[in-house]
Amino acid sequence: MNRALMLVLLAVLAIAAPFYVYPILLMTVLSYVVFASSFNLLLGYAGLLCFGHAMFFGTAAYFAGWLLKNTALSIELCFLLSALSMAALGWVVGLIAARRGGIQFAMITLAISQFIYFLLLRAPFTGGEDGLQRIPRSALFGMFDVSSNLALYYVILAFSVLAILVFYRVVHSPFGEVLKAIRDNEARVESLGFIPERFKVLALTLSAGLAGLAGAMKAAAYQIATLHDVSFHISGTIIFMTLLGGLGTLTGPMVGAAMIVLLNDYLAQYGEWALIIQGAVFLVVILFFRKGVVGEIEARLKKPGRV
Amino acid sequence: MTQSDYALEARNLSKSFGGFHAVKTVNLKVRRGSIHALIGPNGAGKTTCFNLLTKTLTPTEGQVLLDGQDITGLRSAQVARMGLVRSFQISATFPHLTCLENVRVALQSNHGTAFKFWRSLRAVEGLNARARALLEQVGLAGREDTLATELSYGKKRALEIATTLALDPKVMLLDEPTAGMGHEDVEPITDLIRQVSAGRTILIVEHNLSVVSSLCERITVLQHGEVLTEGTYDAVSNDPEVITAYMGGVDD
Repeated sequence: MNRALMLVLLAVLAIAAPFYVYPILLMTVLSYVVFASSFNLLLGYAGLLCFGHAMFFGTAAYFAGWLLKNTALSIELCFLLSALSMAALGWVVGLIAARRGGIQFAMITLAISQFIYFLLLRAPFTGGEDGLQRIPRSALFGMFDVSSNLALYYVILAFSVLAILVFYRVVHSPFGEVLKAIRDNEARVESLGFIPERFKVLALTLSAGLAGLAGAMKAAAYQIATLHDVSFHISGTIIFMTLLGGLGTLTGPMVGAAMIVLLNDYLAQYGEWALIIQGAVFLVVILFFRKGVVGEIEARLKKPGRV
Repeated sequence: MTQSDYALEARNLSKSFGGFHAVKTVNLKVRRGSIHALIGPNGAGKTTCFNLLTKTLTPTEGQVLLDGQDITGLRSAQVARMGLVRSFQISATFPHLTCLENVRVALQSNHGTAFKFWRSLRAVEGLNARARALLEQVGLAGREDTLATELSYGKKRALEIATTLALDPKVMLLDEPTAGMGHEDVEPITDLIRQVSAGRTILIVEHNLSVVSSLCERITVLQHGEVLTEGTYDAVSNDPEVITAYMGGVDD
């Protein structure tokens, strides 16, 4: 009951928000909420630390940007194609990296993401250091004009809700149950007749698809795609958002993502003081919210830490 | 006796790490339906031998046969599906899953749902009854929704056995099932092993000799990576070589 009320409240808030807050900022929040969930699927539910998760986010931003600029495809198809192509990339990365666990997995994914960064820097269609600029916003279903910030916000809101539903379903599926078992004890899962790599590859495929959608949404919102989106800085940021919100909780990383995006936006006016204030905020979280903000609140409410 | 009277067989099994021969040409036959123990002083190669039999390690030489079928080149996931399932020395539960989920994951092994990421958990609700029955069998009735991490050490072991039983294995390999257990837990686990041994073959690595004497029909003693002797508990425990191996001989 309580939960239904919360969801209704959240829906009202999400629908009313762009009339009070700058829509581009809200779209950034949504993109990172989806991106953080995709990362949470790997680290929180499969125990896989992907150190180069920005490769899916940033490549999708370029890919969606290129599609929007150079083809007549409608915007929702550009989003879906970006998600699908990143899922394919995730599958390939999974085939290379999934036999390894722990720090080796992290290092291999980092290496692949650096390689992709270099490719995108050199590729002829990415605009090099300038990135892709003035990305147009194609019509929804080829019919409805969504070039205004307000209209695009609702498109992105719809896709974000869809992405979160997919994430929710995956972690609460028979597959998700095996995935959590792998996170807890991989050797035992293997001894029960499963081949863990196959599950990790599928997890990475799904996660990369969601991250791809996030990157495409971000490109449409900002109308630019740059190397920054593929950089290690973004990969690090997403790890941080996840830990801040609460690793292994369903909503923690989403909350962490929203917190950091809003904090960065608010602190931008303080120039270089921003970093110092940011550091202080993080210290407080580390000292008083050891399980992350949502993780700690859940623990205090004595809900057992179910994931 | 024909070959298939033995559920599990090791032929000339060897494993070396660099120049160190941890296991040297071990021959072992585990009769179908028996409880067989593998014992030996510390460093005798018991765990290495165990890991070779469960395919956790690949032997340098030799063969492992399950029901007369060569399984040397297979992965542990494959032999698990053929009916050979192992336990671990450190209790191997999934700490952040409930007891019911722990068992249900194992039941999914033969259920064909494990990759269905688009289905809700209703797809595996049909397994709950079987999972509950297994929990009840090992004395965990009423703990379905308890997280495995919250169980006592002995109960974790019981949960692990329930999880193993979910695969209905023909052969169970148990690695020191009573290791690190208090007295009060040893007897229930011993009883449980005896109870689940019906219709199965069990090979057990164990330090606790009273557990071995009460459970096992045949005992193989390892020393320095080789088989020292094999026989019943009485025969083995009176063997002067075994006594020397355990107490430490003058020439050691």
